[in-house]
Amino acid sequence: MELFFQLVLNGLTLGSVYGLVALGLTLVYGILHVPNFSHGALYMVGAYVAFFLMTDYGINYWVAILGAAAVVGVLGVLSERLVFHPLRDAPPIHDKIAAIGILLFLEAGVMAIWGADFRRMQTPYNEIVEIFGLTAPAQRLLIIVGAFVLVGALHLFLKKTILGSTIIAMAQNREGASLVGINATQVSMLTFFISGALAAVAAGLFAPINLVFPSMGHLVIMKAFVIIVLGGMGSIPGAIIGGLIIGFAESFAGFYISTHYKDLVAFLLLVVILSVRPEGLFTKGVR
Amino acid sequence: MLKIESLTKQFGGLTAVRDVTVSFEKGKINAIIGPNGAGKTTFFNLISGMHQPTSGRIVFKGIDVTRMRADQVARLGVARTFQTTHLFDKATVFDNLIVGHRLRTKSGFWDVMFNTKRLREEERACRKKAEEVLDFVGLSHAAHRLAADISQEERKRVAFALALATDPDIVLLDEPAGGVNPEETVGLAELIKKMVNHGLTVCLIEHKMDMIMGLADKIMVLDHGEKIAEGTPAEIRSNPVVIEAYLGSEHAAA
Amino acid sequence: MKYLQGKAGWAILLALALLFPLVAGNNYQLYVMSLAFIFAIATAGMNLITGYTGQLNLGHAGFMAIGAYTVGILTVTYEWPFWGAFAMSGVVAGIIGFFVGIVSLRLKEHFFAIFTLCVGFIIYLIIEKWDSVTGGTVGIIGIPGPAPIGPIEFNSAVSQYYLVVFFLVVSLWLMHRIVNSLLGRTFVAIRNSDDLAQALGINLMRNKTLSFVLSTIYAGVAGGLYAGYVRFLGPDLAGTHYTFDMITFLLVGGIGTLLGPVAGSLLVAWVTQYLQFLADYRMLVFGPLLVLLVIFFPHGIVGFYYKKRMEREMKKAAAAAQANRAQAVNKEAGNNA
Repeated sequence: MELFFQLVLNGLTLGSVYGLVALGLTLVYGILHVPNFSHGALYMVGAYVAFFLMTDYGINYWVAILGAAAVVGVLGVLSERLVFHPLRDAPPIHDKIAAIGILLFLEAGVMAIWGADFRRMQTPYNEIVEIFGLTAPAQRLLIIVGAFVLVGALHLFLKKTILGSTIIAMAQNREGASLVGINATQVSMLTFFISGALAAVAAGLFAPINLVFPSMGHLVIMKAFVIIVLGGMGSIPGAIIGGLIIGFAESFAGFYISTHYKDLVAFLLLVVILSVRPEGLFTKGVR
Repeated sequence: MLKIESLTKQFGGLTAVRDVTVSFEKGKINAIIGPNGAGKTTFFNLISGMHQPTSGRIVFKGIDVTRMRADQVARLGVARTFQTTHLFDKATVFDNLIVGHRLRTKSGFWDVMFNTKRLREEERACRKKAEEVLDFVGLSHAAHRLAADISQEERKRVAFALALATDPDIVLLDEPAGGVNPEETVGLAELIKKMVNHGLTVCLIEHKMDMIMGLADKIMVLDHGEKIAEGTPAEIRSNPVVIEAYLGSEHAAA
Repeated sequence: MKYLQGKAGWAILLALALLFPLVAGNNYQLYVMSLAFIFAIATAGMNLITGYTGQLNLGHAGFMAIGAYTVGILTVTYEWPFWGAFAMSGVVAGIIGFFVGIVSLRLKEHFFAIFTLCVGFIIYLIIEKWDSVTGGTVGIIGIPGPAPIGPIEFNSAVSQYYLVVFFLVVSLWLMHRIVNSLLGRTFVAIRNSDDLAQALGINLMRNKTLSFVLSTIYAGVAGGLYAGYVRFLGPDLAGTHYTFDMITFLLVGGIGTLLGPVAGSLLVAWVTQYLQFLADYRMLVFGPLLVLLVIFFPHGIVGFYYKKRMEREMKKAAAAAQANRAQAVNKEAGNNA
C-alpha cells in the first residue's frame, strides 16, 4: 500500500509539473498556431532566476518563484513582440526555426551568466509529512497542491473574467476576435506572459527535487509536447489530463519496467498513439 | 460522366452537404450556385477526393470513386482549381506548369539516378504539355514572368492551365472569376467555352450571375448543404425557391 | 558574375576545394574543413526533406548518429572491414528512416516536427542506455579509418580530406539530379501546397516518404564518414545540438538551394573557429542570428544571391522586350512615313 501510494504520489507530482508546462505551451499554441520550441528554455530560466534570487539575495522561496514568474513572463512577451510578431505572416517553418534560435540563445545566456554546473535548489520544505499513516515528502505535496491551485485560478480567470474570455476567443478564431474589437496584440502579450509564468512556477516547484542545470528543460519540454499532441493542441483540459496520464505512466513504468528507460515512456506513447490516430487523441478537427 | 448519389458530409455536428443527388453530363457546362456557406466548395472537395463523404456514392466514368484519395481521382481524370490559387510564386509561370503533367509520368528515383531515357522523354513531354496549355489559355507571352508578378486574372488562367496539364476529362473550377473585373470575366467565360469545345466537361462554382446565366447548360442550386433546384438557366431564373433562398438571406439580414 | 553560373561556376568551386590543402597552413585547418564537408552532406540531406519538401525534421542528427554507430559497432565489435560497414551506414539509416517516415509523414506539419524531435531523442536515449552494444555514455573508441582501396591509402590528413571531398561531390551531384528532375519538382509542389499537389495527382505519402528516406540515407552516410574520420563516438552525436547546428547551416546558406548547405556549413564552421573564445557560448551569437536570418533573410546567402541574379535577369529581359517593341514601333513609323 505504501509503495502504491508513493507511486501515485510520484505520478501526481510529475503530472502536475508536466501539466503546468504543457498548459503554458498549449495556451501559446492557440495564439501562435505553431509549437513554441523555446518554451523549455523559459522553464529553465525560471528555475535559474528563482535559484539565484534565493541564493544571491536571500529571498524567500515563494517570493523567489513569483519573481521568476514575472521575469520569465516578461521574456515571453519580449519573444512575442520581437520575434513572433514580425513572423506572423511567414510560413510556419520560420516560426519554428526562430523559436529554436531563442532556445539556443537563452541556454547560452544562462551558461554565460551562471556557468554550466549542476545546482541544487534549497527548499524550506524538507520535512516529511504524514497523512493517514502514509509518508510523503512535503515538497511533492506542495507541487501537487500548487499546481492544482494555479490551474484552478487560471480556469477561473479564463472563464470568469473578460480578459480571460478574450484569450479563449482569440485562440478559437483570431480574425473573428479582432473583428469584434479584441485587441490581438494585448491578448497575445498576455498569453505569452501567462505561459512563461506557468513554466517558471513549474520549474521553481520542481527544481528542489531535481537539479538545476542548463539543459533541464529538454526532457520536460519534449514530454510537454507529447502531452499537447495527445491532449489536443490548444486544449486546456487536454494539457492537464495529458499531463497526469504521462505522469502516472512514467511513475508506474519507471518502477515496474525499468528506471533506466522510464523517460522513453512518454515518447513511446506518442509513437503508438500517433501511429494509430494521426490527428491526436482529442482533436475533433476537420482535417 | 459524373454521377453523385445521396452525397452527405458531416463534420461533427455540422452537416455541410446533405443528401445531394445530381449527374453531370459529358461535354456540358454545369454550374453550382448558392448563397455563401451553402456547401459548394465542400461539395467539390468531396468529388475531388479531398474529403471522405459520410455517406453516398460518387461514380465517375462508371467507376465508384467514393473512397478514393484526391491524387487517385486526379489520375482518373478529375482536375480542379481552388478559390485561392496557390502558385509557386518564386518560379516562372512556365516552371509552375511543368509539374502539372507529372501524374501521367512514371519516372521514379532510379530513373533520376541513372538519367534514363524514360526520364528524359517524360521531362520533354511535361515541358511540351506546359507550352501547349499555356498557349491554350492565351498566356504564352507570360511564360517567363515570375508567378508572383502576374495579375489576378492571369493567375486564374494559369490555374486553368495547370488543371488542363493533367489531361483531365472533367474540370472543377472553384470561383474561376473571383477577384476579376467584368471585362476579364467575359474573357474567362470564353476560355471555359473553348475548353468544352475541345471535349472537356466543366463544372464550376460561381457567384457572378451574368457569367453563369450566359455560360451554363445546367445549374444546380445548393442552400445549407441541400440541393434546392436544378435546371437550365431560364428555369432557375424563374424558380421561386431559388429566389427565396437568395433573397431570403437578405431579408433575414435586414 | 556570369562566369560563376552553371557548370563553370561548379568547376571553379571544385577546383578551389581540390586546391585547398595546398593553401591550408596546417592539418588542423584540413580537419575543420573536412568536418564541415561531412556536415554539409548531412545538411544537404536535411535540405531535401525540409527545404524542398517542406517538412521540418528535428531528429536529423539522430539518423547521422545511426549511420556513425553502425560503422562504429560493426568495425569495432564485429570487426567488419571499413568499407563494408560504411555501406551499411546509409542502408541502416535509410531503413529506420523508412519506418519512421511511414508513421510520421501522415502527420500534419507541427506534429511531424514534434514527432521527429521525439524520435531523435529516443535514438539518443537508446544509444545512451544500451551500454552493451553502443558503449553508453562512454561511446565507442578506436574506430578504424577508411581502409585502402587498391593502391590508394587514407592515412594522411590530406588523403582523408580528398576522400571527404569525393563523397561531397557525389552527394551534391546526386542531389542536383534529384532536385532538377520531375521528382524534385514533385517535392517542391508538395512544399508549395499539399492540396494543390494532391489535386495534380501527386501521391503525398509516397513522395514524402521517398524524400524522407533519401534524407536519412544522406545523414547516415555522413555519419559513417564522421565515424571513420573522427574515430570515436558519443551519444551526443544524436542530440538536438547537432540538428540545430544543421538548421543554422541551412538557414545561413539558403534553404532549398543546392549550394546552401555547403555554403552554410563552411561559413559557420570557419566563423566558429574565429569565435573560438566564445566556445559553448557561441549560441549567444548564433541564437539571435538564427532569429534575424529567419525574419530578414529567410533565403540565406545563396538564396539571396539567386534572388538578385533572377531580378537582374528579369530586368534585362524586360529591357530587351522593351527595346524590341521600340524597334518595332520605329519600323512601323518608318514604313508609314
